Amino acid sequence: MLQLVTAVIKPTRLGPVKETLKESGVAGMTVTEANGFGQQGGHTETYRGADYEVEFIPKVKIEILCDDVDADRIMDVIASAGRTGEIGDGKIWVTEVSKALRIRTGEVGAEAV
Amino acid sequence: MRRKLLTGGVLASLLILVLASPAMAQEELAPASQFVLDNLWVFIAGVLVYFMQAGFALLEAGMTRGKNVSNIMMKNLMDMSAGVLAFAFVGFGIAFGGGELLGGWFGFDFGIAGVEDTTADGLLPSTFFFFQAAFAATAATIVSGAMAERTKFKAYFVYSFFLTALIYPVVLRWTWGGGWLAQLEFPFSDFAGSTIVHATGGWAAMMGAIVLGPRIGKFAKDGTPRAIPAHSIPFVVLGAMILFIGWFGFNPGSELAADEFVMPIALKTLLAAAAGAVVAMSTNWFFDGKPDVSIAANGLLAGLVAITAPVGTVETWAAVVIGGIGGFIVVFSVKFFDRVKIDDPVGAISVHAVAGTFGTLSIAFFARYDDAFLGRENAGLFYGGGLDQFWTQLIFVVVHFVFVTVTAGALFLALKKTIGLRVSREEELAGLDVLEHGSPGYGIDPGYPSNGSPVPAPETSTPAHS
Repeated sequence: MLQLVTAVIKPTRLGPVKETLKESGVAGMTVTEANGFGQQGGHTETYRGADYEVEFIPKVKIEILCDDVDADRIMDVIASAGRTGEIGDGKIWVTEVSKALRIRTGEVGAEAV
Repeated sequence: MRRKLLTGGVLASLLILVLASPAMAQEELAPASQFVLDNLWVFIAGVLVYFMQAGFALLEAGMTRGKNVSNIMMKNLMDMSAGVLAFAFVGFGIAFGGGELLGGWFGFDFGIAGVEDTTADGLLPSTFFFFQAAFAATAATIVSGAMAERTKFKAYFVYSFFLTALIYPVVLRWTWGGGWLAQLEFPFSDFAGSTIVHATGGWAAMMGAIVLGPRIGKFAKDGTPRAIPAHSIPFVVLGAMILFIGWFGFNPGSELAADEFVMPIALKTLLAAAAGAVVAMSTNWFFDGKPDVSIAANGLLAGLVAITAPVGTVETWAAVVIGGIGGFIVVFSVKFFDRVKIDDPVGAISVHAVAGTFGTLSIAFFARYDDAFLGRENAGLFYGGGLDQFWTQLIFVVVHFVFVTVTAGALFLALKKTIGLRVSREEELAGLDVLEHGSPGYGIDPGYPSNGSPVPAPETSTPAHS
């Protein structure tokens, strides 16, 4: 069975998270710029002396397709390398993947990861 | 616009030192050399003033949103182009033509056909027109920023024709054209156009913003002003710096001669700009917590606008004070127009109308020298000149305010009733670029092939999978 680890983290933690994942043997990942809010909500900034709401805060979304046995370890690595202790550190979740295929070779399942 | 007899001045001497033999440096220039230098300098100054159009375009585009960037660039391109044509064929004749209408309050010749009668001393008619048309285009382009992100392009195009064909030329007729404000017992003074050029654009901008109403989302339901942030601060700062450079044509060029007054005017312009930027930034930092880049850029320009009128009359220290006050008031003026719900996305009213009016009035207090408008020295209150000049300057700015707000207001209301002034709600939300001009300002190539793309489909078949 394959798993998809999805993490939404602070953009400033992307570098350390990527390095630590590579050191732990993760071969690839997909990174997307994302915007959103969680418990922290948005915040207020000023422009020309007037306020404006930043409702969606910039985040980075990481997606890693992996074998069942690796999912927990990857979650732990992202959690420890991505943590600042401040509000807005983000979330990690894992979903089951029913099919996967490597486009170049046609390999499927665990071979495709 | 100083009109004076020409003598060999410091700048001319320096130039001739380079161009000819050192032995000539102490001598008066031959009239022919002075003629060439005057026309060459005013031509170059005019080119610098046309370059300000690039500054306005970048400043206004930067302070608004990327979905309207084509539209604001097009407005800047066309208020210059339509403005130059309107000024050439109608406006110039009203401003400087020989004819008289209504007791001299308006003149009329058919535009540049009347140019032969209207030369300033020593300048070719074509030099004078070239320089004046640059100022007309400046007055017109100030309005586009205040009306940004919600105005129908068609209506804006018509506006820019009328401003440069009729409204601005009548102001010129009364002032630099030698009209009634120049004929008062204590004549008006506005050396390079704080009121004549900048406040004309600024008050017209205010009427445009009032008739249009604010952008969707500018004010919360309870009326609190909300910021709509700039899409490109680099454009804002680059635009402000180009305007700063252009001002060294605007003010020193208004001497209309290559003489010894050019460099002092350039120096006072420089110091006022610097003071405006520093004081605006400090004031904004103190009251709002962070130094806002676009406000600092507004402060630089407010210092420049403020010194534009008094630059020929005041001492160097006073230029620093006047530029600094211009930078100080622009911060509060921006807040004021927010509070009264006049939505001016770029601060054009505050920079050009408010700082311009202040600069024009400052002459009444700081005037030390005769700038060839005043006709006397020590006209300012601080130099024992009393209040004579204050009343003239006050009449000047009040009559100018009433004339421009009434005529520009009538123009915008007429446009609203006929061809319509504001785009639809849907168009405003989507951005004006595609719906007004056909394509977005930042390109339609998404970076990958889409429907209709010439990129061929891959020939290999997709591998089968279970």
